[in-house]
Amino acid sequence: METSTLFAFLVILMAAAFFLGRGRSLAQAQAAGGVRRLNSLPSYYGMLTLLWCGIPSLIVLSLWLVFDSVIIQQLLIQSLPADIRALAPAELGLKVNTIENMALTGMTAGAAPYELEAINTLNQLRGTSNTALTGLALLIAALAGFWGWSRIQPDLKARNQVEGAFKFILLACSCLAILTTVGIVLSVLFESIRFFSMIPITDFVFGTAWSPQMAIREDQVGGSGAFGAIPLFVGTLLISFIAMIVAVPAGLMSAIYLSEYANSKVRGVVKPALEILAGIPTVVYGFFAALTVAPMIRDTGTSMGLSVSSESALAAGLVMGIMIIPFVSSLSDDVINAVPQSLRDGSLGLGSTQSETIRQVVIPAALPGIVGGILLAVSRAIGETMIVVMAASLAANLTANPLEPVTTVTVQIVTLLVGDQEFDSPKTLAAFALGLMLFIVTLGLNFIALHVVKKYREQYD
Amino acid sequence: MSSNTQSSNKPSTIDLVNKNLAKRYRAEKRFRGYGIASILFGLICLVFLFTDIIGKGYTAFVQNYIQLEVQLDADTLGISDINDPNQVAMANYMGVIKRSLRERFPEVTGRRDKRKLYALVSNGSGFDLRKQMEADPEILGTTQSLWFMADDDVDTYIKSYSKDGKVFTGRTDEMQQGWIASLIEADQVESRFNTVFFQNGDSREPEQAGIRGAIMGSLFTMLVTLLLSFPIGVAAAVYLEEYAPKNKWTDLIEVNINNLAAVPSIIFGLLGVAIFIGMFGMPRSLPLVGGMVLTLMTLPTIIISSRAAIKAVPPSIREAALGIGASKMQMILHHVLPLAMPGMLTGAIIGLAQALGETAPLLMIGMVAFIVDVPGGVTDPATVLPVQIFLWSDSPERAFVERTSAAIMVLLGFLIVMNALAVWLRKRLERRW
Repeated sequence: METSTLFAFLVILMAAAFFLGRGRSLAQAQAAGGVRRLNSLPSYYGMLTLLWCGIPSLIVLSLWLVFDSVIIQQLLIQSLPADIRALAPAELGLKVNTIENMALTGMTAGAAPYELEAINTLNQLRGTSNTALTGLALLIAALAGFWGWSRIQPDLKARNQVEGAFKFILLACSCLAILTTVGIVLSVLFESIRFFSMIPITDFVFGTAWSPQMAIREDQVGGSGAFGAIPLFVGTLLISFIAMIVAVPAGLMSAIYLSEYANSKVRGVVKPALEILAGIPTVVYGFFAALTVAPMIRDTGTSMGLSVSSESALAAGLVMGIMIIPFVSSLSDDVINAVPQSLRDGSLGLGSTQSETIRQVVIPAALPGIVGGILLAVSRAIGETMIVVMAASLAANLTANPLEPVTTVTVQIVTLLVGDQEFDSPKTLAAFALGLMLFIVTLGLNFIALHVVKKYREQYD
Repeated sequence: MSSNTQSSNKPSTIDLVNKNLAKRYRAEKRFRGYGIASILFGLICLVFLFTDIIGKGYTAFVQNYIQLEVQLDADTLGISDINDPNQVAMANYMGVIKRSLRERFPEVTGRRDKRKLYALVSNGSGFDLRKQMEADPEILGTTQSLWFMADDDVDTYIKSYSKDGKVFTGRTDEMQQGWIASLIEADQVESRFNTVFFQNGDSREPEQAGIRGAIMGSLFTMLVTLLLSFPIGVAAAVYLEEYAPKNKWTDLIEVNINNLAAVPSIIFGLLGVAIFIGMFGMPRSLPLVGGMVLTLMTLPTIIISSRAAIKAVPPSIREAALGIGASKMQMILHHVLPLAMPGMLTGAIIGLAQALGETAPLLMIGMVAFIVDVPGGVTDPATVLPVQIFLWSDSPERAFVERTSAAIMVLLGFLIVMNALAVWLRKRLERRW
């Protein structure tokens, strides 16, 4: 049975369990002398039966779906002839893939006899797994549902139990955030540790040459495989720096003007308009940077006698800065608005002009919050991917010249991981090591920034 | 201020102030000017971005067609029995189209020139003719005057031609331009609304490429994201607002949610590759997997906005419900959630809009594959609209530039509709206490 059909069946069973449970509680109530003899409302008894019917079978179903493909693959490999099993893991994986594809498409022309056999085994295994799953899930649903149903008695505390289950489900959902973080840390960390067991961590962090193309065969030319990440860090910082040069003054000054000078009418129009910039997908900015801004900068540079690369850091940084303007401006806006009016009134009352008040009273008072906002913006710029993938270069140049092409951490992660890859070459694993660096840096920046912002906000409350 | 200025002709304070006043006012004006300039900078960038994309992309919504007199004789097509679907499917449609082109321009001789001539119409014209033949087998043996899609280079040339001024010749040469001019003079070129762009999946031929596959892929991915992230997000928000005791574990959950909201999206892609694909062995390129990755990414947004919405429900409503004997679950399900629903929906729509524009994590889990078929479900390999934009922006053909821009316009259109819906919902349904 298809998983979706099975799922539909389970839902029908659960609905049936609800009505059966509710019916039984009503019948028992009648025998005991009216609904008021029940501990809980009849629908709670229905709900409890539904939970008994649904939860165990859904848990079994999801566990099965998660692990069946891995187990089937192992069994398939076990069934292959010994000489095939002795192949290198990469080649073996390829063979298994071919067999799975042939089983999927049914195109077995040109298959070796052992492959035909393997296809048969695979189909059989899949069939068995499917039948077993269908049987097991439905059986568990029916048995557990029946057990829950048979427990129904007027004095069963159905409401308390259902509420307990409800609370537990809510708790489980909120723990997903922790699971996600743990998942990120583990996935990035494990692959990085494997990477660092092949490439020493000092070579990675302090090396100045990056060329991840590794020779796959011993005799292959051209793959030296250098994994020094310094050029990537420098490139990332250069582009982020350019972005901040654009975004911080523009964002901060817009926020100041909007919160201190503009009347509510102007504010009501300009603020949402600027925030449109934040809602535009980054891939659109990437397209804009690569096809419009980069050629424009190159042509301007050429007309001034400079040689500008068409993948210059300047183009990517500039466009990224435009993207971050509303981010900086709305965060600064919040903190500027949090500065108490009494401070401004005091300063204005002493005779200072509005701009003097802003520069010497409001901004110093709001400074921690603004710094926090800028740190968040920096972490945003460092982690930004699509703009640099489309507008920055792939070549790792160690340079601080914004007119030259540079590459960034995120660009390299994407280029190393897009497409088919196996999980045991340093080339692929390097992406996870870069991801680890990125995660640590952005997490650190966010942590500091949130801390600063939070501390500041409490100051005037 | 110092003592020796006081001793000699001591200027009064008001003089000092007046002396500097003009300077200070100038500084005030400058400061204001900086503010206006930076706002204008932002707005100009916005306008420039939109005009640039619309200017590049609006031409993609029309496509030029070329009219040809096609003689559909059974011999050239190789159809001996019109009722045999196999023969109709395999017939030599391109052959009759090429012949009609040769007849239209009899002066063309030589292999290379002929090849240039054939390049006037789209490579896919044969399929279009087959579709017409299958729809109406009666046309076999007759001579029909039919419209065929112009090739992308020709299409680009005609579009720039009709705009006058600077003509973009691209890869067309003078000979082809002559033929095109003669076709235009004979009224055998027509530009129509580009329906193919909205009906087809991806293609290597720009004129045959469409965004239907990407839109359906985005739709399925968003469906998975919505079905997973909204219930989970709301449940988590309810727990944190209504149940969670103030302890270390709750603090940990909160810190985690706030940090996840600021983790770069590409990290979620790494998670997807390592866990969903590497560990669980899920296939690549599926909207199902994409939706799951985007769920993890949008959850913090949805949880944060749902919590704000739940917080906005006044405690008096909770107390009233509890006071007349409702249980905590009844109080939440019957009173708090319905009142908080508009705010939570707004948050969900904004989170989804964010997910709809997301590209990087989907690149990692293999949604960049070249997929021609329009996906029919969450387990069909698919690509999504932003990834399609990324793929097309890499293509060298000039005609893909306008199609990329057009796809961006469609994507922005969806985003504007979603955000407008969120604003409308907030205005319409939000209650203030």
